[in-house]
Amino acid sequence: MTAPGQQSVARHVLPLLSLIVCVLLWHVASSRHLHLGLVTFQNVPQPLEVVHAAWDLFQSPKLQNHLGASLGRVASGFLVAAVLGVGLGLAIGRFRWVRETLMPPLEVARPIPAVAWIPLSILMFPSSEGSMIFITFVGALFPILLNTIHGVHGVDPRLIASARSLGTRRWAIFARVILPAAAPSVLTGLSIGMGTCWFCLVTAEMISGQYGIGYYTWESYTVQNYANIIVGMLLIGLLGMGSSALLHRAGQALMPWYRPGGRP
Amino acid sequence: MNAILSLSELAPEVSTGRLDIDRVSIELGSGADRFTALDDVSVNIAPGEFVCLLGPSGCGKSTLLGALAGHLTPSRGQLRLDGAPIGGPDPQRGLVFQHHTLFPWLSVRDNVAYGLRMRGVGRAERHAQAMTWLKEVGLEGFEHHYPGALSGGMQQRVEIARVLINQPRVLLMDEPFGALDALTRLKMQELLLALWSKRRMTVVFVTHDIDEALFMADRILVMSARPGRVIEEIIVPAGRPRSAEWLTGASFIEHKRHCLALLRDPALTVPLARLSPINPAAESADPAAYAD
Repeated sequence: MTAPGQQSVARHVLPLLSLIVCVLLWHVASSRHLHLGLVTFQNVPQPLEVVHAAWDLFQSPKLQNHLGASLGRVASGFLVAAVLGVGLGLAIGRFRWVRETLMPPLEVARPIPAVAWIPLSILMFPSSEGSMIFITFVGALFPILLNTIHGVHGVDPRLIASARSLGTRRWAIFARVILPAAAPSVLTGLSIGMGTCWFCLVTAEMISGQYGIGYYTWESYTVQNYANIIVGMLLIGLLGMGSSALLHRAGQALMPWYRPGGRP
Repeated sequence: MNAILSLSELAPEVSTGRLDIDRVSIELGSGADRFTALDDVSVNIAPGEFVCLLGPSGCGKSTLLGALAGHLTPSRGQLRLDGAPIGGPDPQRGLVFQHHTLFPWLSVRDNVAYGLRMRGVGRAERHAQAMTWLKEVGLEGFEHHYPGALSGGMQQRVEIARVLINQPRVLLMDEPFGALDALTRLKMQELLLALWSKRRMTVVFVTHDIDEALFMADRILVMSARPGRVIEEIIVPAGRPRSAEWLTGASFIEHKRHCLALLRDPALTVPLARLSPINPAAESADPAAYAD
């Protein structure tokens, strides 16, 4: 048994410790040029090199442009995907005829990876900005859509029956019962969608000619600047983590009644 | 307990809440799985009467209740409330399930006030009435809790308040206390009888518990399965308020023995697959019943 104070300390120390150990392992593996047969760390840049590269990037005036461009693209793609995914998901989940009309083309489009959309998106969108937003949109759409549909299907039919017995009219059922009942699933979809949005960023910004964290990462690869690649990777990871945390906070604020994995 | 039950002497006479079940048959399921859940049932229920539907699982008692609520449409026959055909769900016919259907995202007070909100009643008036009803069911002080934070018995109290705030002519209850422990169940039975004696309305109460039926009802309709039919009607020969004497008397035991014999009849049992149409777990439930 540990005291509550100790527990809360442990709660903060353990994640930090885990990160430190990861970096240490990386340092040891890369500085000793570890060769493990299947995997080799001979050419992997060391943490200190990456820190230097990161420092250079943070000093550079380009950082703001990189960040601004990427955040704008992810935000736009995610927002469109959220509105479309939740809206379509509610309709598909609730009405059979909408499901039967829309699901076949969506099911065909779903397994297509974002990178395969690049040529078509360049052809379809007159601006490269539009095609990049489209790629991040494609990445986020399906998790949001499928989780919303799943949430609507999971609504207890007795809740709907009760609501109708209490005088709820047809369209009000949507706003009063289905949307709030599906909300936890929708939030899961949004949070996975946010992740896949960042996931597709490098793919999207292959099209870019100038700015973006994904572009920075891709460009570093083409000029073989390996430390910079890792800086870009870590930046994408951190930004993705931050935006997921924001979503999580927003979900908690909007759904005070919902506590995943147990009762409040 | 006497203080509560003595209120029944003040019970107002009611003139609304007459139910006519006129040669009603209901079929559930689709295709090859289609079966007759209820077969040619005719019952008349007087305004303010407390009727229990007693029978084994799958005898169609919940199906009949679902039809009275307006969630299932009879294949044949007609259901009327005070002479008007029942055509769909309506707050006039309040429905309570075995497991609560409170909205988890609304506070206890907002759940109770929900029906008023749907009628366009203003916020202050809604909240005042909800508080009155919460007091009535003994949940003062819990108005800001979410349903998930309450015990099963408390959740059913909220559910009952949420239905009664609409001043229904008929209260339809589908094994409402079936999931509660024995002591909580007894308390809830007393609470319901107290509420009913204060504000008399017609109650149709589904149960498979013989003691519960004999304790609560004016009249018991014993049902059989395959197909669902009313096989016997028992007028409970006990006055109100019901006393402990009735619960332990010779007449009670005699009635209980009779009901047991009726329910034990092997012809009345059905396979487990056919459960309540209101139960989301029942495979045989007709999903169309809830499509709007």
